[in-house]
Parts: sequence; structure tokens; C-alpha cells
Amino acid sequence: MESDPRMDGSRCLVQLSAHPTRGLMDEKITIVVQKAPPGLQLTVRSLHPCEDGHSWEAFGHYVSDSTGTVDVSQDLSLGGTYSGVEPMGLLWSLRPVPGSKPGLRLRKMNVQTPLGLTVSVYQGHQNEGFADLVPLATVEVERWYMAPGVRRVNVTEDGLSATLFLPPGPGPFPGILDLWGGGGKLVEMRAALLASHGFASMALDYLTPKITLETGKMVGNDYFEKAFKVMEKHPQIVGNSIAMVGLSFGTCVAFKMAAYSQVVKPRCVVSISGSHVQPVDGTVEDMFKFFHKNVEKTRVSEAGEKIWRDLLLPIPTDLQFKVDMGRMRCPLLVIVGEDDQNWATPESAADMQEMMSRAGNAHLLTVLSYPNTGHLIEPPYSPHTRSSGFRSVGSREKVLGLWGGDTAAHSWAQEDAWKKMLLFLREHLHSREGPGLVHQ
Amino acid sequence: MSRLAPVLSVSPCRGLVDEKLTVLVENLPPGLPVTLHSLHLSEDNDYWEAFGHYVSDHRGVVSVADDISFGGTYTGIEAMGLLWSMRPVPDGRQQLRLRRTNVCSPLLISISVYAGHQAEGFRKLCPLSSSVIERWYVAPGVKRVSVRERGVRGTLFIPPGPGPFPGVLDMWGGGGGLVEYRSAMLASHGYVSLAVEYLSAEEMASAGEEFHYFETAFSLLQEHPQVVPDRVALVSLSLGCMICFLMAAESSVVKPFCCVGISGSHLRSKGKKSNVISRLFETQADKIIFDESGHQIWRGLGLAVMHDSDKVDVGKINCPILLINGTDDQNWPAVECSEDISQRMKAAGKEHLLTVLEYPGAGHLIEPPYSPHFRVTNFKKNVKLVWGGKTKPHSEAQEDAWRKMLAFLQAHLYSSGMPRAKM
Repeated sequence: MESDPRMDGSRCLVQLSAHPTRGLMDEKITIVVQKAPPGLQLTVRSLHPCEDGHSWEAFGHYVSDSTGTVDVSQDLSLGGTYSGVEPMGLLWSLRPVPGSKPGLRLRKMNVQTPLGLTVSVYQGHQNEGFADLVPLATVEVERWYMAPGVRRVNVTEDGLSATLFLPPGPGPFPGILDLWGGGGKLVEMRAALLASHGFASMALDYLTPKITLETGKMVGNDYFEKAFKVMEKHPQIVGNSIAMVGLSFGTCVAFKMAAYSQVVKPRCVVSISGSHVQPVDGTVEDMFKFFHKNVEKTRVSEAGEKIWRDLLLPIPTDLQFKVDMGRMRCPLLVIVGEDDQNWATPESAADMQEMMSRAGNAHLLTVLSYPNTGHLIEPPYSPHTRSSGFRSVGSREKVLGLWGGDTAAHSWAQEDAWKKMLLFLREHLHSREGPGLVHQ
Repeated sequence: MSRLAPVLSVSPCRGLVDEKLTVLVENLPPGLPVTLHSLHLSEDNDYWEAFGHYVSDHRGVVSVADDISFGGTYTGIEAMGLLWSMRPVPDGRQQLRLRRTNVCSPLLISISVYAGHQAEGFRKLCPLSSSVIERWYVAPGVKRVSVRERGVRGTLFIPPGPGPFPGVLDMWGGGGGLVEYRSAMLASHGYVSLAVEYLSAEEMASAGEEFHYFETAFSLLQEHPQVVPDRVALVSLSLGCMICFLMAAESSVVKPFCCVGISGSHLRSKGKKSNVISRLFETQADKIIFDESGHQIWRGLGLAVMHDSDKVDVGKINCPILLINGTDDQNWPAVECSEDISQRMKAAGKEHLLTVLEYPGAGHLIEPPYSPHFRVTNFKKNVKLVWGGKTKPHSEAQEDAWRKMLAFLQAHLYSSGMPRAKM
């Protein structure tokens, strides 16, 4: 048989398929290699060129079976950026390609376009230099934050800087007020995904909103009350079915509002990597000052990463410096990573549990505590970042912050926490008082 | 007493047009009659819809894949009924064909659930819940390239990746123009597919020229750096089949690895013009039957022409052939043609190369799966043609034929044919 350089025996028209090719960020994906020679060493690799110009990659080492097939969701990865049977390893183990600058974090800021991923299969167990190799086959995959029909609306009324995501359909829908952490900016990915699951979700920028950038002043507590009111009044949002979801610094705000505000009455609260420790009578600015008071407790790792978890310790006994959890009147889901190097979240969770037990409302509390999991518990399959460059709002310095977590365990935690959070939100937000389904 | 809000989930929310859907409604009161409804606004600004009547079970669930539709545009357990039974809305234009021109952007379909068994006036009703889905002809990374080379006009679709890939020359029917959606879908399945534009009578002055045009198209495909040159197939529909068989039997340039012929024939014209349509009108116009509504049935015409015309010597074809026909084809006697093809190939000792799929109740236009069925549509110049087929069997045929066609192409074009030991 004559050899055609374009179809030599080693290629054998190997096929690579992915399903779904256009999925949501929290959907599982199956990736299958077929028609390879049996018993062949293969590397399956994913490549993502990031919005900021950097490239991220992940890869697993496999051996094809007797039918020439590799099924990533069922077969063992023998090495690479992940090992074991890991259906989603090509996503959560993404890391910057060798030679990238240190301290990068993968966060998609534009949620209206998909995260593009090129998945390829190479002969042999490769570890580097993929750009110089010719793959046997390639498939392109899109991962979306917004389901079709989800509408993205800029919210600027009442001086707010926010983005509202509305699910398709007439509604009305239960609502979620989504608060991110100390880095500020408007992070939309979680709100977009939640809207894709049927919740009208508003991502609120409360650290770097237009009003702060223009006046130099941080927002007061009334800013959050305005945000909540805007949602309550919205014709497509069920006013008495609004939850608050907070990450890190955002949970401080969520707890304060839920416990003390006369206006903000969430149906339930989700706290991710958060703490109730804060000056109870203070505003956002007061909270920052409070945390900075203990700044000398910052430790530094061997690699020069800042460890800030001790700034909250010891957990105060003075009720001026922690939210009185006995005042919570709604169900509360608290998610913490036991290897959180940024904040003392496991200790805070334990203290919250104790406060609520004494107050008699512990039945409202569910704590999900994940071993070897760090601070940044993000939507599932988001790549894990153990440390990254971080500039806290109000500081000029960009430093390397240690978030913690071992990649595999952290990634499993992200998947599990998201699933449980959705169940929690559905259970509490989708129930309606009254006759319920009344059709005109 | 608290009641949960109904939740509608449709998956995949962004799928390929040949992918199955799951449609699930939850949190309904048990035993509630509901209507599931699909709505699509076409590129021509016509609304298409389909709907099914269901009753929720004791858990308050309706699952379209598992439950019976008691009425609507489809009945029975029909997982994909909300797509294949779509038809133009009653208060809009009728006898339309849903053919997508822009294949690089998705079809948007709105799926809703209404309380009660509704049959009309959906626009005035408020649904319990609604979802939007996208249906794509192209997988991510498929490249679309306009081809204007050596006189050939067409569009090439290339799968992502380095390749090389097997190729497909995609040939359409007497409607002419440039129809891209099948090539787009084939590229999404791993084939470099060239949809060829042709059949403008003024431009095709002679049969010889026409032959040359397709030979050139085939060569262009073979020579493409991402195509495996000896793994190129021909896929043809209706009139395109004539050219397909002619080339496979007679051409010294075109050596297809395998052929697919849908609703086609193996006629060849006497004389130099292969311009069959105008010939038919000239000589056999009396064989066209008009039904009660003035729609034209060309089947009888085709039969008459069959007896008159020369046929392609299909016995000379040396590659596997898959023929796909509907027994209710009112446009062309494709079934009779394939019987003749079968006999000729048997006589030449080539019957092992031929596979014939005959679908009872299916018409002429066997399109990609879940495409709406049209028994009659406008063709050209105010001519309305009867294509045939009853919606349900025709839709089943489309689904099965597509799957079998893909399996046929895969088995031949992606067969390894290389000794595996050489690693």
C-alpha cells in the first residue's frame, strides 16, 4: 500500500468528539477518542486562550482500549495535569501554559460570549511543547454562562452599578442578589449562570461602583437596601422570594443586611467562604478599616504569598464585632473550605453554629465544610487558583495572595457545593404561599 | 399551602439540528392538562409552531420523551414532535418550506408550557414557563469558505482540526441555487463537504459543460490540502442523483469512494442537453396530474419519461451505493428507478454494492432529521408541487435515513483500511 504523507498509518483517521459542544459552564461534558490503534498511548489536551491574552491548558495521559477508544468520562488518566477517572479534569485542572507570568487567575468578565476551548488528542504521553506537535484530531467546545433567551440588563437607577440577568419567559421569577468579594468590579459569571437556572439574578458592584469612582467615597448600607428594593419592585421578580448569595467580603454584607436591615428581607442566604466577623454598626469602609487593624498578623509563605487568614482571629466574643446570628430568620447555607488561607472561614462557621445553637435558631443553618479546599469556591469546573495577584480595593499594591486548596479536592468541592446551592435555592425560592398555581 | 412554581427544562439548550431534545416540566399539580408549544420565527419572517397535549403525572411531571401526547400537531409518544410537526401558524402564509439560508447562526426556538389543552391563539395566552433553545447546523470551529474557482461556484465547510478528512460533494435538486445546510451538518460530523451551486439553464449550455463542471468540483475537493484524496463521496438529492450516477459510471476523473442518492433517478438525456425539466414540459406536459387544489403531481410525468429516456449504465459503478426513497414520492418515481437500478446492478454482478432504503409513507423531500414536513409547496413561477408523504412516517424516515446515511459514510470513509500492526 503506497503511503500518502497526509494519511500515514499512525493517523488512521482518528476521531475526537465532545458532547455537548455548546454547553453551559456547569454542565458535564463527555469527550471520546475513537478509531485509534488499540493500546496506544494518547494525550488529550484542552487549550483556552484567555480574554487577557494568556493561554491556559490541561491534559491527561490515556491508553486506548482494544476497540481503539478513550472515553475521558470513564477511563483512567495516568498523569498530566490531573489523574484518575476525571470526566471534567480537562476543565478544572486548566493552568497557565509554561512560561506565563505568575499569579494569573482565569475569570471571564464578558459573559455574553462563550469560553472557547480547543480539545485535541496527540500520540504518546506528552507533557510540554504542544504548540509544536500536530494533533491526531481536534474538536472545538464552547462553554456558556448564559443560556439562550437570558437577558442581560444594566442597572443604573438610584445610583446603583449592577447587572440584572433575567431568565427567558414571562416570569415572575425568584430573585438573587449576588455579591462578590474584596477585589471589587462587577463579576457577572455567577449571576449569569443562576439566571440560566431560572433565577432573576443581580450582580452588584459595591466596592468600585460609578458613584465611588466619581466621588471617592465608599457606599453606605443604604446602597444595598436600594439594590434590594429595585429587585422587589421589578415586575418580573417575585418580591418575597429574593435570596442573597455572597462570596468572601460579600458575605459580610449579606449577614449584616439579613440580621439588621429593616428593608432587606432575604428569603434565604448563601455564604461562600464568608464570615460574620465585622464591626456591626459599620459600613463597608468601616469593615475595611477593621480588617486592616490586624494587618500585622499577615503571614508570608515561602513563595512570598500573603496569608491573611489570621486577620480575623481570634473570633471576637464582643457582639460589637460580629453579627448576632441569633437574629437570622431565614435559612442559611454556609460553605467553607478547610484549607482557606485567606480568611478564617472554618472558625467563623463554627462560631456561627455555636451562636445559633444558643439562640435556638440552629435549625436554619446548614454548614458544608470541604477538606483541602481553599477560599475561592467558584462555579464548577472553574480552574482552581491556589494563589494569584490580588489588589484589594483601597490599596495600590498588587500582591500575591494565597487562597489555598489542593486542585483536585477543591474542584470536587466546587462541583458539590454548586449542586447543593442550587438545590437549596430551589427549595426555598420556588415555594410560594397561597393557592399557588392559579391560571387565568 | 405553598405550591412550587412549574419548571420547564429543555436540553440541550444549544444543540445541533440532528440532536435529540429532552423536554421536561416539573412542579405541576398532578393530573393537570397542559400544552407544550414550540415557536420559531423564520428568516422569511413567518411563524412556525407545533404543540402537544399532555397531562401531568402524580408527581406533577410531564416528560415529552416518555408521555403520550393526546392531541395537537402530533400524537403519541414523540420525543421530537415539537420540532418535526411544526407548520406555519394558521393566520400566516401557508404552503411554505422551512429552508435555512444562514447556516452559521442558529435556529431560535421558543418552547413554552401552557395550562389546559390549547389549540390556537397562543400569542394571547400567558405561558406557565418558557425556554429558548438554539439549534445549530455547524459545530463550533467548522469553517465556511466561499468557493469561486475554475468556474465552480459553491461553499466549502471544513471541520476543525488539522485533518486530513474524507470529503463529500453535496449535490442538490432541481430547485437550483446554493443549499448549504446539509454540507454544514456533514462538516459537523467530520467531513469536508462542498455544496455545489448549479442548474441555471442559461449557464449550462450543454450536457458536456455540465459534466465538466462537476468533474472540476470533484477535483477541487480532492486537491484540497485537508481532504484525503481517495476518500471522497457523492451525496445527492433528486435531480442531483442523475449527475451523481452519471459521473460514478462514466467519468474518468470522478472516482467516488461511495455514493448516496436520495429520491433520485438514473436517467440520462438523449442528445446533448441534460436540461431535463424544460424537456419534460415540452414533450410530456400532458402527463402532469393536477390535484383538487391545482397542485402539480409530476410522478406520472417522471414514469413516462423513464420509459422514454436512456438510463445511466449503473452496472459500471464500482463503489458502494446507498439509495433512499419514500414510497409516497409524488414528485418523482424514485422507487421505480431504484428497482431498475437494482436490476441493472444485479445483472452486472454488482448487487453487493447496493443498499436500498424504502420508507413507506415518506415523500420526495427527505431532509435532515426533525425538519418540518411539507406535502405541497411553491416551487417556481407560481407552480405548486406535491412532494408527497404523510407527516409522521415522513419524519420518521428523515430521522432514520440521516442516521443510516451517516453510518454508511462513516463505515466507508472512516474505515481504517490500513494494517493496524504498523505502529
